[in-house]
Amino acid sequence: MTARLLAWLPNPILQVLHGTGSALFLLVRSLRHLPSLPRQFGRFIEQCHLIGYTTMPIVGILSFFIGSVLALQSGHAGENVGYKQFIGALVGLTMARELGPVMAAVLLAGRVGSAIAAELASMKVYQEVDALETMNIPPERMLVLPRLAAVLTMMPVLTIMADLVGWFGGAIVAQYTHFISIEPASYFANLRQYMDFSDVLNGLIKAEIFGFTVVLVCCHIGLNTRGGPREIGASVTRAVVTSLILILVLDFFVTKALM
Amino acid sequence: MPAANSNSPLPGAAPAVGVKVEGLAKRFGTFEVLRGVSFTVQPGEIFVLMGPSGSGKSVLLKHLVGLERPSAGRTLVASHDGADPATRERVRMALVFQAGALFNSLSVYDNLALYPREHRLGDEAAIRDRVMRALQILSLENAVHKLPAELSGGMRKRVAIARALVMEPQLLLYDEPTSELDPVMSATITEIIATLRQRYQVTSIVVSHDRDLALSIADRVGILMGGQLVFLGPPADLRQPTDPRVADFLNPRIDLEHPRFKHLET
Ligand SMILES: Nc1ncnc2c1ncn2[C@@H]1O[C@H](COP(=O)(O)OP(=O)(O)O)[C@@H](O)[C@H]1O
Ligand SMILES: [Mg+2]
Repeated sequence: MTARLLAWLPNPILQVLHGTGSALFLLVRSLRHLPSLPRQFGRFIEQCHLIGYTTMPIVGILSFFIGSVLALQSGHAGENVGYKQFIGALVGLTMARELGPVMAAVLLAGRVGSAIAAELASMKVYQEVDALETMNIPPERMLVLPRLAAVLTMMPVLTIMADLVGWFGGAIVAQYTHFISIEPASYFANLRQYMDFSDVLNGLIKAEIFGFTVVLVCCHIGLNTRGGPREIGASVTRAVVTSLILILVLDFFVTKALM
Repeated sequence: MPAANSNSPLPGAAPAVGVKVEGLAKRFGTFEVLRGVSFTVQPGEIFVLMGPSGSGKSVLLKHLVGLERPSAGRTLVASHDGADPATRERVRMALVFQAGALFNSLSVYDNLALYPREHRLGDEAAIRDRVMRALQILSLENAVHKLPAELSGGMRKRVAIARALVMEPQLLLYDEPTSELDPVMSATITEIIATLRQRYQVTSIVVSHDRDLALSIADRVGILMGGQLVFLGPPADLRQPTDPRVADFLNPRIDLEHPRFKHLET
């Protein structure tokens, strides 16, 4: 009955349902090996390094400019209306609740997600995954679990960094732009007055959800690559595009749920 | 047949296992690759499976280690179903992949050490002994720290065999171990396969279209064509094959007047 009902659904919807189900199944199979995590400490650290440390510079540069442009735009728009003294709060809240986590996740998808998809797809295509299976080593234990643990550890770090750098970018622009010229002291006083730790926490929760989803999806797409070396590139593209779509779709629903 | 091997330098070696393939059929979509293949391999035997490219030899091997599920029929490894993932826990099977399937990001040493490490078969010192012994058997001591990308074709095949050997397998499957190698290296690999069987009594199934290999080390040979076995017997019977398809496969006559590819076109 349900099978017949499903068969009537248009193909893209079926594919989305199938992909979601199979990614969740991968998650369950990975979590089953959770007790093995302590002995995979080396792999966990290696992945933390790849996911966190190597992504930091680009997260820093991008959030600096995002914070700056936020201050610039709101200063420009607020000039006539007379709310430019609220720039601190505006930049602070927008970075913490929205752009910090989203930018960190988008850069994670582009920099780490693509690398994960490429590595696992190439392992699949060159039968390294098959070799693991014949050696009775579950690929999800070795390849997926340490990455999931690492992303949960590193996303808060990346997000807090994005928040801080964004705030400072905004402060610098607010001080040195002639039509804004707000002293950093009053910028940060305003920021502190209108936001508290729960706003940052809200952003961290979003970042964890996005980051976890990106890594899971990229692992899943990589491990499900079929065919020859050409498919590695196709998998990378699919992984990044799927991650970006998921980040923005999830962003709406998670934001709504957290309000 | 030899049972527990007392002279094995590898600790914990379990007795070799037999293999049974019963009416194995495999379709990919509508494309029938295997159409009812049956044979048995005795414990400790070297069984060589021959056949033209694309006849389904690799697919058959994958069924034995549970990487493919049969469309019909079954495979039994030591009387356990080959398609059941639990079989891999009961019987140690190793497959030497045609392209090696070495872990490209790991050194030769780490490629070999992965299995004992993941299965926690002793401390690093014990694992080191085990890995170095396998490398020694295949004269690979100099390649320990190399990455797979830095190895020649013959070395890759030997590393792949060494990695299988570290598992102390009861069943060792080789997928075209001598293809793409020069004649001397082919002979070397052939000798290695025979030596490993002799030393450890491991049941060996070798997929190959190397006639010399089949004639020199096989206990029995099967020839797969069109998804079915067209020959099954001792290698001696291959010298005067009765089946014209087998005769043509083993001793193809190069006839420039009536080239084969012209017939294929029609
Ligand atoms: N996963 C697969 N999906 C579809 N076709 C496959 C798959 N694996 C193998 N085949 C097809 O099965 C046939 C036999 O393949 P294979 O066993 O690799 O041949 P060989 O005897 O040369 O090892 C080939 O025609 C191949 O295209
Ligand atoms: Mg093959």
